[in-house]
Amino acid sequence: MKKTKQNYTALIAVLIFMSVIFVLDQLIKPTDSLGMLLTVLQKGSVYALAAVSMNLLNGFTGLFSLGHAGFMLIGAYTYAIFTIPSVERDNVYQYFDAAIRFSFPETFSQALGPFGTVLGVAVAVILAGLIATLFAYLIGLPVLKLKSDYLAIATLGFAEIIRAIFQWEKLGPITNGSNLLKSFVRTSTMQLTIGSVTLSFSTFVPVLIAVICITIIVLLVNSTYGRAFKAVRDDEVAAEAMGINLAHTKQLSFCISSFFAGIAGAMMAMVLSIAQASNFKVSMTYEILLMVVLGGIGSITGSVIGALLFIFASEWWLRGLDSGTFLGINAPNVFRNGFRLVVFSVIIMIVVLFFSKGIMGDRELPDLIRSWKKNGGPFRKKNRENLHNVLDSAQDESEDHSGRRAKS
Amino acid sequence: MLSIKDLNVNYGGIKALRGISLDVPDGKVVTLIGANGAGKSTTLRTISGLVKAESGSIMWNNEELIGKPIDAIVTSGIAMVPEGRRVFADLTVLENLKIGAYLRKDKEQIEKDIQWVYDLFPRLKERSWQYAGTLSGGEQQMLAVGRALMSKPKLIMMDEPSLGLAPLVVQDIFKIIRTINEQGVTVLLVEQNANMALKVADLAYVLETGTITMTGTGAELLANPKVREAYLGKSN
Repeated sequence: MKKTKQNYTALIAVLIFMSVIFVLDQLIKPTDSLGMLLTVLQKGSVYALAAVSMNLLNGFTGLFSLGHAGFMLIGAYTYAIFTIPSVERDNVYQYFDAAIRFSFPETFSQALGPFGTVLGVAVAVILAGLIATLFAYLIGLPVLKLKSDYLAIATLGFAEIIRAIFQWEKLGPITNGSNLLKSFVRTSTMQLTIGSVTLSFSTFVPVLIAVICITIIVLLVNSTYGRAFKAVRDDEVAAEAMGINLAHTKQLSFCISSFFAGIAGAMMAMVLSIAQASNFKVSMTYEILLMVVLGGIGSITGSVIGALLFIFASEWWLRGLDSGTFLGINAPNVFRNGFRLVVFSVIIMIVVLFFSKGIMGDRELPDLIRSWKKNGGPFRKKNRENLHNVLDSAQDESEDHSGRRAKS
Repeated sequence: MLSIKDLNVNYGGIKALRGISLDVPDGKVVTLIGANGAGKSTTLRTISGLVKAESGSIMWNNEELIGKPIDAIVTSGIAMVPEGRRVFADLTVLENLKIGAYLRKDKEQIEKDIQWVYDLFPRLKERSWQYAGTLSGGEQQMLAVGRALMSKPKLIMMDEPSLGLAPLVVQDIFKIIRTINEQGVTVLLVEQNANMALKVADLAYVLETGTITMTGTGAELLANPKVREAYLGKSN
């Protein structure tokens, strides 16, 4: 009973959120001063999904992998290649004879009209995830036998190799070599004209994809498989003794995480309007890792908050630090190119110092709301003596115990 | 009935078990006692499939267990409570129990069995939502036993359940072992606390450097002068 009520609350919250995004999408034009809000929402949803999918692997399964940018690259290219319209194809592949001349949105729209375009984009996005999964499966076979740092180095190497391969001239007919892919279906052109009204979906679409994917990940984490992931993270020997197949479970987590990384990559291409291998550097993986750590390893809400804060701060709120005026202070000699990164690094250090386990720790938003209700609001100091059998107190207490995870 | 014949196990070049043979009859409490490094834990780990055997056979209800994957062994009705409890510290008590039932598909029966475990260990029910890492040592041991019971085993193997627990808690643990056995579960117990183990055991084996040197009922070995001297610290 309580569970279904919670589910309804969550569903209604998501519906309200999506309606707000839809309305914002119509009200704000990209040229407005608030246009930046849409841009960061788009980018934020890409990174939120990327961070959550990385958290699934690093936080929930305890596999420290740094191959995320590689899987996102695969997703971005798959999506781009399969959505370039045929008239643009030769224009995009300037120096090569394009090998793949097939576009899902185009083919489907010929048969089904506008609905076909939407379906085509959806198919391309899912295909992006599947191709990333295929690569993850093949890489996972040898690599997942490694532990901690060794796994991180191996996956890091994989991501770099993938980037190099996609820029390889010989693969030009498919990947366009080191040139970028463009002209495919992107968010800035996602509009629907009914009569005289034009509805924009540029922000709605990426946010919707992120919401759907993150919901699936939440359901997964709370399922039997999710429990198996956490069991493997906590104690491999005990998990094995319970009959959990370590190799299968790790492989499953790796593939699912990569699937959603692939989708995040496709969204990235959609939002940025281009796909270029040189964008998917290791530093992208580090950024995502930073979001996960900032939000709290093992908390999905944390990853979303971490990603949004990161993107909002670095792309929008702190912009002024690079361009002369910040918070009304005009100091062009101090606030010049690069200063934003200095301030940003300092903020990150402060956050890490004060929230050693990330903003959310390993709690989720519902846990937090429950403890607010019990303790009378978010700003009251929690009654620490009264730590007994209730859920939220147990979770407060666990903060003292789970330092162990950081060590292992 | 579990029947081990001539089991040899090598652990990184060291012979951990040298041709041991033992029987665990249905419905009994059987204990293996012996010093550190005698091969007690290795025996349990080999039965559960965590360690590969060199040669020999482990027959479980007329089925060979050697070479079978761990999940098949768990499904066939053998559960293990590993040494040092090893509960999943960052999962709640309830989640720990659910993981114990990981290989089972009968959802409704699992719900009933969770209640059954809670009836056996009322302490766990009180702490259902607490993270396992926040439990006391004795409670963690109860949880480890409860988790193993969630796979509905016919045989439960316990590796040093009294390790690191206060004497009063140890008594509780042995009471639990009796209770589980009365519910029809066969128990194979590995213990350093020979005194307590022999008191609860129907049948006991003494392991020394990978071979079985003595066998008898619990009471017989308790009275045996050699056992008294070596494992109970009592001279005649």
